[in-house]
Formats: sequence, C-alpha cells, structure tokens
Amino acid sequence: MTSAAFAASHCLRAEGLESLRGEVMLFENLAFTLNAGQVLQVDGHNGAGKTTLLRTLAGLTLPEAGEVYWDGEPVRRNRAAFAEVLNYVGHQHGVKAGLTVLENLQVYRRLTGGSGDPAQALIRMGLERQLDNLGHTLSAGQRRRAALARLLLRPAPLWIIDEPYTALDVNGVALVDELVREQVRAGGMVVLTSHQRVELSDLPLVRLRLGA
Amino acid sequence: MNEPRMLPAFIGLLRRDLLLAYRARGEAINPLVFFVMVACLFPLATSAAPNLLRTLAPGVIWVTALLATLLSMDQLFRGDYEDGALEQLVLSPQPLALLALAKILAHWLVTGLPLTLTSPLLAMFLQLPDDAYPALLLTLLFGTPVLSAIGSIGAALTVSLRRGGILLSLLILPLYIPVLIFAASAVDAAGHGLPVTGQLLLLAALAVGALTLAPLATAAALRISLD
Repeated sequence: MTSAAFAASHCLRAEGLESLRGEVMLFENLAFTLNAGQVLQVDGHNGAGKTTLLRTLAGLTLPEAGEVYWDGEPVRRNRAAFAEVLNYVGHQHGVKAGLTVLENLQVYRRLTGGSGDPAQALIRMGLERQLDNLGHTLSAGQRRRAALARLLLRPAPLWIIDEPYTALDVNGVALVDELVREQVRAGGMVVLTSHQRVELSDLPLVRLRLGA
Repeated sequence: MNEPRMLPAFIGLLRRDLLLAYRARGEAINPLVFFVMVACLFPLATSAAPNLLRTLAPGVIWVTALLATLLSMDQLFRGDYEDGALEQLVLSPQPLALLALAKILAHWLVTGLPLTLTSPLLAMFLQLPDDAYPALLLTLLFGTPVLSAIGSIGAALTVSLRRGGILLSLLILPLYIPVLIFAASAVDAAGHGLPVTGQLLLLAALAVGALTLAPLATAAALRISLD
C-alpha cells in the first residue's frame, strides 16, 4: 500500500535542539540528519525524553532552543506543508472509544485526505474481525494496531512513531517491522522509539541515545 | 493547500462529534435536563405569583441557558485530549481553526439548539408574556452560538489542566456578559411590547464575530495546551 516512491532528496535535520521538562534538562545541543530511506531509532531510559523529542520533531512541542528542518526549511514556519509529509502515531493511541474501529479510520482519512482504504488497512493490521467493534472493546494491543493502521491510509515520506511495539504480540511486532521495511524501501524515513531490541539491523539505521 | 479537502475534513469531524454525542446521548442530554430543572426551581424558591415570575423570566431563562452551556463546555476538547485524538487534529494538514469551528458547530447542535427549542416550555412555566416568545427564541438562536464559540477558547486553554472546570467558568463567564445583557433586555422589552430589532441585530453581529474569530483563538490555545 505504501508503493509510492518518495523523492530521494528528502531530509529531516535537527540542530542544537534543547528541551526541558519543568526545570530538568532532557537534552541539549542535539543534532542529527536523517536522509531518505533511513530509520532513526531513539533509545534511552524511562524519562530520558524520547517522547518529548518525537513530539518536538512532529512540531507538537516547541524546543527551548534549536530548530527542526524538513528539506532545509524550518518546520515551525511551514506547519501546513510539513503536515502533508508527516504520519505521526503518538504515545496515546487516538482511537475514539465511542466509534467503531472502521469509523475511527474513516474519520482519520477524511481529516488527512488520504487515499488508502480504511478496511484494507485494518485487515492488514490483523483487525478483520474487529472492524465493527467499538473502540472501548479493544485490548491495548488491538488499539495500538488500529492506531498503526493510520500509517497505511496515506503515503507520507516521514513516519514518526512513538513506541510502536508497545502491547503488541509477536505477530504484531513482525507486522510493524514489515511496515517499516516497506516504508524504507519506498524511500521514506521512519523515526521510532523503542525499549525493545529492534530487528531492523539490516536497514540503514541511525541510533540516537538520550540521557546516556 | 488542497481546498477541496477542507470540506470533507470539516464534515467528517462534525459527523464524528455528532455520532459520539448520539452514542453517549445519556450524557449529551445532561445540560438540557439541567436547564429545565434549574428553571423549575425558581417558582419553588421565590413564589408562584405570576407577576413576579413574569418579571424574572427573561433573566432566569438566560442565566440558566448560560450555566447549562458552561457545564458542557469543559468536555469539548477533554475527550480528544485524553485519548490522543487532539494530536491527530493538530497535525492534520487542514487548518486547525476550521476543525475548531466544526467542533464548535457540533457543540452548538448538541447543546445550544436543544436549549433554544425547549425554551418555550420554560417560558410557559415562568409566565413569560406571549409577545416575548419570538424574541426569546431569536435571542437564544443568535446567542447560544456565541456561548459555544467563546466557551471553546476557554475549553482549549484549560484542556491540559486536570481540574479545569472552575477556572474555565471564571475565564468565560465575564465574556458571556454582553450576550446576557442584550438577550435578556430584548426578551424583557418584547414582553412590554417594545421593539427589539436593535438588540437582535447586535446579537446577530456578536454571533458572526464570535464564529469568525473564536476558532482562530481556539486553534492557538489548543497548540499552547498541547505544548
């Protein structure tokens, strides 16, 4: 479904990023460059600021200092353009409890203007028997799968996924790995955090360790 | 950007909120029940003398409508904030102000419109003169969208606070005063057979102004709350 190939010239760059939580310094002077077809894996102990970094990259949180650039342009000045190239799955699943799984994805597709088929995306994520179940009846793993199905609705060169493996079973983990591989093969980028060892060592992997 | 995609996004979010309200209709109907119950308390607490009630009626109905709206305001963004759907709205390629307007409109359809439609019942309880009914309906029709729109700014500012309810009331109530003044005075004037066109036009202007500007402020407040 992510067959669209992305321009090889895309580039996500961070310069001198600094973030605080309250008075505590999470990271400072953080810089990296991520090119098309690369995976950025953010490591770090609990509370090291992984989620904060991902939210900063997505433009949800403003850094204390520094700047995030997409294709050389500061992201915070080009929010609308950046939203077009970004698929973000956050720490919270964003699956509405009062909507069925399918309705959740249909609303998301309308919001982002994606062209993918919501039912197909959910079947791919192994939720074919839950399509018409309300969000609050799902298990944590199923909810995560439903959230990740959003990635399949709209091809976007940049994926930012917070803890994609949380609550997933063995099949789910393999499925996420497969999605990441497809995205990389299409020339896209993936930024992800994970406590678990990621089985993606065959891919061009950039590691970033926070709080080391 | 792609303008043809804005309308589907707007309608999609509006339908989503209406569907969610319908599925939780027991909860969605609470402001309406509050509206009717509080207005019923006044004859019990003061006296059932028709003259006194008639004098109080415009103010009582409007203050009650205002409090009922306020009661429902805290929930406008809270659900989306707690389950993470708000992040998806903020990161969607559509203008956030447009999505805020869809949420305001959904809130009005679920709260303001039912209040407007039930108001004649309360007017009957409170002995409002027959001449004042059209004015009451029109002031509520123009005034309740303003309440939803201004309230959404407060709801957006307080959504990240655990107990934002009281703060929300303190922020928003002063801003509701102009609506209250014009609306209650229009209903009162209509009851005395006086013309009310001036107040109604002012309320309509407030509605247009609030629906145009409040979504922009709400969008900015949502971004701050998520930071």
